[in-house]
Amino acid sequence: MKTKLLLAVAIGAIMTAGIGVAGSSITLKGSDTMVILGQRWAENYMAANKGAVIQVTGGGSGTGIAALINGSADIAQSSRAMKDKEKLEVKTKRGAEPSEIATAMDGLAIYVHEGNPVAKLTLATIKEIYQGDILNWNELGGPDEEIVVYSRENNSGTYAYFKEFVLMTEDFAPAVQTLPGTASIINAVSKDEWSIGYGGIGYSSGVKILAVANNDSSAYFEPTEANVESGLYPLARPLFWYTIGEPTGDIKGLVDWVLSPAGQKVVTDVGYYPLPKAKTDEKAETAADANGE
Amino acid sequence: MPIHDSPVTRQRPSYGLRAKDRRRDTIMKYVITASAFGAIAVIVLIFVFIGREALPVITSAEVHEEVTLKGMVTPVEWRATKPKTYIWQPVSEVPKYSLFPLLLGSLKATFVAILFATPFAVGAAMYSSEFAPRRAREIIKPVIEMLAGIPSVVLGFFALIVMAGWLKDAFDWKYRLNATSAGIALGIAVIPIIFTVAEEALRAVPRQYREAALALGASPWQIARRIVLPAAAPGIFAAVALGFGRAIGETMIVLMASGNAATWTLPLTDSVRTMSATVAAEMAEVVNGSAHYHVLFFIGALLFILTFLINLVGELYVGRLKRRLTGSAG
Amino acid sequence: MADPTTIQRPDTAQSEPREFLARKSRWKRFLSPLPILTGFLAACVVAMLVIILWNVIAGGIGRLTWEFLSGAPTHGMAEGGIFPAIFGTVFLVILMTIAVIPLGVATAVYLRYYARPDAWFSRAVRVAVNNLAGVPAIVFGLFGLGFFIQFVGKGIDNTFFGGTLTFGQPAIIWASLTLALLTLPVVIVATEEAMRSLPNDYLEASYALGATRWQTISRVVIPNSMTGILTGGILAVSRGAGEVAPIMFTGAAYFLPYLPKKLNDQFMELGYHVYVMSTQSPDVEATLPVLYSTVLVLLLLTFALNALAVLIRYRLRGRQAV
Repeated sequence: MKTKLLLAVAIGAIMTAGIGVAGSSITLKGSDTMVILGQRWAENYMAANKGAVIQVTGGGSGTGIAALINGSADIAQSSRAMKDKEKLEVKTKRGAEPSEIATAMDGLAIYVHEGNPVAKLTLATIKEIYQGDILNWNELGGPDEEIVVYSRENNSGTYAYFKEFVLMTEDFAPAVQTLPGTASIINAVSKDEWSIGYGGIGYSSGVKILAVANNDSSAYFEPTEANVESGLYPLARPLFWYTIGEPTGDIKGLVDWVLSPAGQKVVTDVGYYPLPKAKTDEKAETAADANGE
Repeated sequence: MPIHDSPVTRQRPSYGLRAKDRRRDTIMKYVITASAFGAIAVIVLIFVFIGREALPVITSAEVHEEVTLKGMVTPVEWRATKPKTYIWQPVSEVPKYSLFPLLLGSLKATFVAILFATPFAVGAAMYSSEFAPRRAREIIKPVIEMLAGIPSVVLGFFALIVMAGWLKDAFDWKYRLNATSAGIALGIAVIPIIFTVAEEALRAVPRQYREAALALGASPWQIARRIVLPAAAPGIFAAVALGFGRAIGETMIVLMASGNAATWTLPLTDSVRTMSATVAAEMAEVVNGSAHYHVLFFIGALLFILTFLINLVGELYVGRLKRRLTGSAG
Repeated sequence: MADPTTIQRPDTAQSEPREFLARKSRWKRFLSPLPILTGFLAACVVAMLVIILWNVIAGGIGRLTWEFLSGAPTHGMAEGGIFPAIFGTVFLVILMTIAVIPLGVATAVYLRYYARPDAWFSRAVRVAVNNLAGVPAIVFGLFGLGFFIQFVGKGIDNTFFGGTLTFGQPAIIWASLTLALLTLPVVIVATEEAMRSLPNDYLEASYALGATRWQTISRVVIPNSMTGILTGGILAVSRGAGEVAPIMFTGAAYFLPYLPKKLNDQFMELGYHVYVMSTQSPDVEATLPVLYSTVLVLLLLTFALNALAVLIRYRLRGRQAV
């Protein structure tokens, strides 16, 4: 009995001995759209900078922002812009305004099964599908099959972005199924012949991407790099990082690296689109200036 | 039990009566009692804390700005062109917190689970206790234990990656992830509980009943149908109740395989959103203290109360069974 | 009672038992529907297990190498190993055991040797334990978040760390305590079962020699119930290693570049890993082999633990027979 007690106390002492404030590790939390990107950034950055420790978790943009507000994350990855209400919470609970940094570009793609004959839709039509007004593919020039609609969980930035810019802040139909990550949507769409889903461009494989037009009279664009960069694709969006106040110290090092050509190359590798050249060059200049001064 | 304080032992200054031992005995008495306090404290604590975080839904004016108890049970307006209905859409310009679709979702999935599991579990229990040769019984018991040992996340994985696709193709469903595919996986998860309690109930039927019926010339079929089943009925009912309680609280399987759509429709092949999956999916996102946060705790409290009551019913019946059998001697 | 040979049979209109037996041939009696039906249902249950196991083994055995078990994940979880998840699970479960065994054994000891059976308090404890077993896992998760992290954790932060966020956030200590509460009933029941099988003679002999109650318990009861306690511990570990809902927001993470070393670190865990890879992995098709192998590892772990517990239980029963 005694030896067991002693052993337990010893283990406890060893465990607690290492307790302290988090130290020099950086915590990234948030967008599932960006989680793979964040991981790759972390991997490459840690390889190039020994001693840096970065941990990345997903959970959705909403989760990341909530973590930023609660203080359990240093950087919130978000595929949507922060709401004013959230910015206020950051200010009140953490003492500084959040700093919004665009780190990559994404074209929110609309996916259908590879065998689906439909190839293009307008924003208004997509809205009608997701609100349950259009229920059958034959209304869109396809075969007589009911549309199975997939969406993201409500903690997702992609969900929020879609709700704001496609549904015009209106609600989804109740029959829309929600899945926890873009990848699971892709997976579901690739398995269900008559389904439709949406998600970041970086994940697409095994599904067909539709061309989207603003309305009946505009041209249809696919989410290619050129279209996203130039803004011709209606659902082009920046992917954000939010920090508390302006980034300093280790965080600033990471942010600068991410915005540099090395970081932006990772963006392309993962499948998203880098920031428009002008922006990256500008950031590189300011970084160089800061170092040179 | 302890007799260390009698006149006889007090006279002998031997082992165990040293003051040191008596002191330690008293100390350990308090330590042990305190630990037992700990166990009951835990369940009380669970009530208290979940209740504490759920209460603002009923009492706080700040929360009432976004959601009220009444708002959770009345139909809401969601689109100008469509009639009012129950909508669960907490992240929205106008947050909507209708509880009914979630409740219905949990009930649908659980209903399918029980419908699927009961025949198999009770049938197997009856086979094992009445008809099975020893070798068969030696296979069934470990199989049930292994089934019970499978973590629910593995069953959810199996349902999502393998079973849902099979079922959709086999029955030509519209949705792959729905109440039925999740319900069947859920059923597999509760078969062990229903089997174990039902088998116990069947075994508890006294041998004399069976022997008497046999002596009167009844066939196994008749014995089972007319004697054993009715006698074990309360126990089997308890088994199903416990299975129901377990199924309705289960999270991972429904989170992965039910489609998570908060529908308010009847068909069992529609996607559903259960209470447990809602809490699991949305909890990570909420900001502490927000209305959404309190509503999720409220749902958790509902789940807790529901399972508490169902387990109470199950236990009551098991008690009744025991009394019936021990009290009905002749 | 009337003449027994003329009692009305339930189904048949006959009154003679002998005639009834003579009518149904032996063959027909065997093939009566109920045994066949129930036997078929039992066979179905066995089939369910076999199908699931077959599928998992077939899909996962390919990657089950030593490198897989000892390496770290690479290429966005599509390659590499799952050592961090195994390490996290083991660490989690060790902490849980340290918490649950003392508390569970103490409660069982109380119920059996200290409580007056009719006292309201002991009845309340028993009701509490029974109901604890039925609480859904997700409610434990909520409790872990609301009590351990927000209340205890923040309290610790404010008292000892001057407000800096150290314990008021998801951490392995909170996840393991949450699991300890979840598995408490398992340990209590197993310990009680073991103590119940202890012959009364042992107790009487101990008291006759003048031992105090505590001495009896610590020197006679517990050592002789060790196998039962061990069984309970193993079953608790097997249950705890498989539950995901309680750890989802109390400490589990998907990708960490380090292994958990401090009590307030987050951790990777097998079950959580399966969940995230099934639903949120960047490319479900690419990570499918790794996913299958992870599931296989998790299953092997839980089955091995359960088998161990069964083995110990048989040994316990064998010893009793002596």
